[in-house]
Amino acid sequence: MSYSHENLLTMDSIIARYPRKRSAVMPLLHFVQSLDGYVTSQGIELIAKKLELETAEVTAVSTFYTQYKTEPVGEYHVGVCINTLCAVMGGDEIYKSVSEHLGIESDEVTKDGKVSLERIECNAACDYAPVVMVNWEFFDNQTPQSVKDFVDAAKAGNPPAPTRGPNSLRTWKENSAVLAGISDGLSGEGVSAGEPSKLGLKISKEAK
Amino acid sequence: MKKLTPVLSANWDEEDSFTIDGYRRNGGYKAVAEAFKMEPDEVIQLVKDSGLRGRGGAGFPTGMKWGFIPQNDGKEHYLVVNADESEPGTCKDMPLLMANPHVLIEGIIIASYAIRANYAFIYLRGEVVHIFRRVQQAIEDAYAAGLLGNNIDKKGFNLELVLHAGAGAYICGEETALLDSLEGFRGQPRLRPPFPAIAGLYARPTVVNNVESIASVPAIVANGVKWFQGMGTEKSKGFTLYSLSGHVKNPGQFEAPLGITLRELLDMAGGIREGHTLKFWTPGGSSTPMFTDQHLDVPLDYEGVGAAGSMLGTKALQIFDETTCVVRAVLRWTEFYKHESCGKCTPCREGTWWLVQALKELEAGRGVSADLDKLLDIVDNIAGRSFCALADGAASPIISSMKYFREEYQRHLDLGSCPFDPVASTLFAGVRA
Repeated sequence: MSYSHENLLTMDSIIARYPRKRSAVMPLLHFVQSLDGYVTSQGIELIAKKLELETAEVTAVSTFYTQYKTEPVGEYHVGVCINTLCAVMGGDEIYKSVSEHLGIESDEVTKDGKVSLERIECNAACDYAPVVMVNWEFFDNQTPQSVKDFVDAAKAGNPPAPTRGPNSLRTWKENSAVLAGISDGLSGEGVSAGEPSKLGLKISKEAK
Repeated sequence: MKKLTPVLSANWDEEDSFTIDGYRRNGGYKAVAEAFKMEPDEVIQLVKDSGLRGRGGAGFPTGMKWGFIPQNDGKEHYLVVNADESEPGTCKDMPLLMANPHVLIEGIIIASYAIRANYAFIYLRGEVVHIFRRVQQAIEDAYAAGLLGNNIDKKGFNLELVLHAGAGAYICGEETALLDSLEGFRGQPRLRPPFPAIAGLYARPTVVNNVESIASVPAIVANGVKWFQGMGTEKSKGFTLYSLSGHVKNPGQFEAPLGITLRELLDMAGGIREGHTLKFWTPGGSSTPMFTDQHLDVPLDYEGVGAAGSMLGTKALQIFDETTCVVRAVLRWTEFYKHESCGKCTPCREGTWWLVQALKELEAGRGVSADLDKLLDIVDNIAGRSFCALADGAASPIISSMKYFREEYQRHLDLGSCPFDPVASTLFAGVRA
């Protein structure tokens, strides 16, 4: 796509956060992903121009990190944790079941462009295993059925809200903008902590 | 049962714990005012005296790390907080930042003042959007309250704080890879020396600390060294977050004095899930050699876990019961290390690939007994032969599982297949959808 004047001003404000402008390459990649849905060659060219780098230098960074996508993903990008603990607790069953249900494998998108699937590594929520991340929001204690229900609802346009996150699920592009540091004003929504996070505190208070 | 000591987690059950008002209501931002009354060197000395050690895995004394920064050298100094929490099993910093981001910000202000840094960064893993929101809002509120920005100590100290999202690379939790990533490069570890204290971010003196380490500082400043040393063991002082996950009845976070045992923690977590027994567990993430039911009474501090042949690491206690195939678990961790190897050092890049090939064969019951020795031989050729500790981490589950469960590897070969039913290990075992 072509980028608006406002987009360019946003990029300048991202660059201005850092003492040296090359440091802005990662938030700028999240930003172009929020506009295009993935890291396009136009996005790479624009970042290179802004940071006075070669396009090869920006591409080298982009392709190192798995969160930057080289092809479009779904409006709802479903990441099933298949690292050891989640896999053992049911992540493998969840992945198999949702993959069969959607007829796609990891790194593929449904034909309607609504849902994509990824086998993800540990996402730091092991006390809520098995964990599924959608657009990098927490969906805790999942089952094969809950994830199939989720993708059906997402395809119909009304995905359920995350377990620990905002009151409604934002799209892949919207959440990519947040990671570029562009606030969506939703920090106040959702719980402070889930029940497992508070378990030790609860036991400690009961002992007193 | 040792008492739990909620400090960082003390307000997580309040619905506005993550806001500046919620934090202040519980005494937040009082420690920074105390710190500003001290000279920066006195703050460093206080943290040294407390005995606080890094909570990110290595356990290096935090105050000593701060003391390595050359003072009055006329260069910019930087503080970088490692919030890239990605070690398999580790899940303490993310709930901390979701529920209480201001305690980290207060720690950052104190630490930056001590090491005379006017710029600080939080490098947060990118796969946690709601935590990014919480931390970003906390930073904005701290600026609005005059806690960040110009002249925040009323004596001319300025501090800028920038939140930076990673993009899905475990290796960026390694401090020099993190710095390369923050500079806008591929996240690959650097050869040391020079260490970050001399040439870190932009080749300037830099302290890189874990979230929990920095977040522990305000409580130390507010309550004093004696209070902090009243918790923990001789060389492992203070409180810390232990994370229990896996086949326990009630998984979760437990903030306790260093030196508590798994037996004590399991009691609080309701024990192993009904009708099952403990088989193996990690004391501090997948990179720390696994333990078995022989190790229930090992004191979980830096020395105790070390003496028992592992490492305290991130205190990520991943618990597996007897339904779990250890070969499957180790294969999956090894696939992780292969996926996350940055590719810079040949032994790690090629070695982790070969380990996966060998383990896949073994898990499927193909191969011969000699392959077990081959596996250990490959491990011997990657551990300690790379710039960073990723390859050492990859070696840990293999060496330790072979030590305790070699006969289970052999059973795969004897049977020609895996003797376990993976469905039996799941949380919804028997109620498969």
